[in-house]
Amino acid sequence: MKTAAHSNSPGNQSFIMKKIRKSISISSVLSMLLLIMLSVIFIFPFYWIVTGAFKIQVVATQIPPQWFPKDIVFDNWVTLFKNPVGRWTFNSFFIAVSEMVLICLVSTTAGFVLAKKEFPGRKLVFTALVAAMALPKQVILVPLFTLLAKLGWINTYKGLILPAVGWPFGVFLMKQFSQTIPTEILEAAKIDGCSDVRSFITIALPLLKPAIGALAIFTFMTSWNDYFSQLIITRSTNMMTLPLGIATMQGEYRTDYGVMMAGAALASLPMLTIFILFQKAFTQGITLGAVK
Amino acid sequence: MLSTTAIKSKPQRRFKREWLTSYLFLLPALSFFIVFVAYPMLHGIYISFFNYNLTNFEFIGFDNYKTLFQDKNFHQSVINTVVLVLVAVPIVIVFSLFVGMTIYKKHELFRSLFRGIFYLPAVTSVVSVTVVWNWIYHPNFGILNYLTGLVGMKPIFWLGDPNTALMAITAILITTSVGQPIILYVAALGNIPTSYIEAAQLDRANSWHIFTKVIWPMLMPTNLYVIVITTINTFQCFSLIQLLTSGGPIYKTSTVMYSVYEQAFSFGNFGLASAMGVLLAIIIGMISIIQFKFLGSDVEY
Repeated sequence: MKTAAHSNSPGNQSFIMKKIRKSISISSVLSMLLLIMLSVIFIFPFYWIVTGAFKIQVVATQIPPQWFPKDIVFDNWVTLFKNPVGRWTFNSFFIAVSEMVLICLVSTTAGFVLAKKEFPGRKLVFTALVAAMALPKQVILVPLFTLLAKLGWINTYKGLILPAVGWPFGVFLMKQFSQTIPTEILEAAKIDGCSDVRSFITIALPLLKPAIGALAIFTFMTSWNDYFSQLIITRSTNMMTLPLGIATMQGEYRTDYGVMMAGAALASLPMLTIFILFQKAFTQGITLGAVK
Repeated sequence: MLSTTAIKSKPQRRFKREWLTSYLFLLPALSFFIVFVAYPMLHGIYISFFNYNLTNFEFIGFDNYKTLFQDKNFHQSVINTVVLVLVAVPIVIVFSLFVGMTIYKKHELFRSLFRGIFYLPAVTSVVSVTVVWNWIYHPNFGILNYLTGLVGMKPIFWLGDPNTALMAITAILITTSVGQPIILYVAALGNIPTSYIEAAQLDRANSWHIFTKVIWPMLMPTNLYVIVITTINTFQCFSLIQLLTSGGPIYKTSTVMYSVYEQAFSFGNFGLASAMGVLLAIIIGMISIIQFKFLGSDVEY
C-alpha cells in the first residue's frame, strides 16, 4: 500500500473542484437512494422470517398481508419444539465446534511451516493443496460417500466431522497470515537457542491469534451452513443438524408458514449473532483469503 | 515449476533435524487431506469408468461418458447451469461493484452496516433462505404475487412454471452471492491511492472517465478473482434447487450438481454420477487455470 505522496495545491483549481463536487453530489444522492432500496429488498426476507414466526397461520397466509404483526403469538414455537430441535441444535453445535477446533489445530501448524520453513517437498505439498482447492468441494461428494460407507461412517458424528478437516482452505489461509510474521524474529530466537517448537508456540502463535480467530469463525459458519454433505451423510432424525431438520419439517408443515419461519429463525440465529459480533474477522478472512 | 526445487540444490542436502519438525507440523493436515480429499478425487475418476450401483460393480470404459453425451436431461442440466452462470455472474459483478463504489469512501460505521446487510443472506443457512423465499414465491399466499397483483399482473406460479422457475432461483442465488464480492471491492477500492483520483480530477476528467480509466484498471485483480469465485459457486448451485424445486418442473431447474446428486442418491448410479462429477471438475478446473494465468501477472495496487 502506498500513501498519497503529494498534497494537491488548491487555489486556482478550486472552481473546477466545486463543479465536480456538485455533479458528484447529485449522482451520489441517486446511488444512495438505490442503495437503500436494494438494502430493503435484502432485509425484507429476514423481517418476514422474524414477524412470520410470531403470526398464527390464518394471519400469516392472509392476503393482503399483515405487514406489521398485530398480535404476537408463540404457538409456532410450541409446535416447533414438538420436533427434536434440541437434539438438532446440539448436533449442529457439536459438529461445528469439533470441525472448528480440529481445523484450527491442523491448519495453524501446517500453514506456519509452509510459509516459514524450508524443507524438501514444501512446494509440491503447497501446489497440491492449491490445486485441490481450485476444484469445488462438492465434486468429491460421491466418492467421499462411498468411502464413508465402506468405513461404516454413514450417519455418525465422525462421518460428519472428519471429512471437513481435510479441506485445505484453512491451511491456505494460515499460510497467508503466517507470511506476515517477520522472519528476523524467528531467526533471532533460533540464534538464542530457541527450538522450532518453542519459537512456534511463544512467537508465532501470539502473532497468529487474530488469524486463528478469523479461521475459527469461518470454519464454524461453513460447517453450520453446510447443507449438502450433511444431507447425504445423515440418515436418522436423531443425527440431523438443525438446518437439515428444519428442511425435512417442510414436508410435514407445508404451508404452515409460521412454524417454518420459527424454524428458519432458530436455524439462522447462531450465525447471525456470530456475524454481528465478529464482522471484522469475517471481513479480514475474506480479504486475506483472496490475495495470492 | 517443480524442477526449480531440484535445481536449487543447496551445498548440504542431507536430512536435517529441522525438517523433521516441519514434517511433523505438516503431518496432521496432510493426512486428513490425503484421506478425505485427494483419495476421493482420484477414486471418483476411477469409479466413473464403472457401472457402479447397489448391485453391480463392473468396468465399462467410457460408457458412462457416452451415456451422458446422449442424455437429454443431463443436457438440460448443463444448459441450465450455463444460463445460471451467464445471468448471475454479470449481475453479481455489477451489483457488488455498485455497492462497493457507493460505500467505500463513507464512514466506517456506514460501511460496516451496508457490508453487513448485503452479506446477511450469505451467513444465513440456505435452509432459512429457501424456507422464506418459498413463501414469498407462493402462488396464493406469497407476497410477490400480491405486489405484482397491485400493478395488475396475473398471479404466477413462480417456482412451478417452466418459464419462470430458473429465473426465480437465479434471483435468490444473486442475493446469496453478492456479500463476499462487496467486501472484496470495498477493500480493493480503499487501496487505490487517492492521489490518482485527485490527479485525474485536476485534469478535468469526468466521473465516468475516472471510473473507466483510473479505478477499473486498478480493480482488475479483484474483478478476476470475483468473477472466478462467483462462477465456481454458481456452477455448484445445488442446495437452492434441492430445497425449492428438486430440479423440476420437467428438469427446467436441474443443474449439473443437482444431477450428480439425483443420479447418486435417488437412483443409486454412483458410476454415472461420478462421471458427471469428473466433467464438472474439468470445466471448473479449466476456469481456475484461466484465473491463475491472468493473476500470474501481478497487477500492483
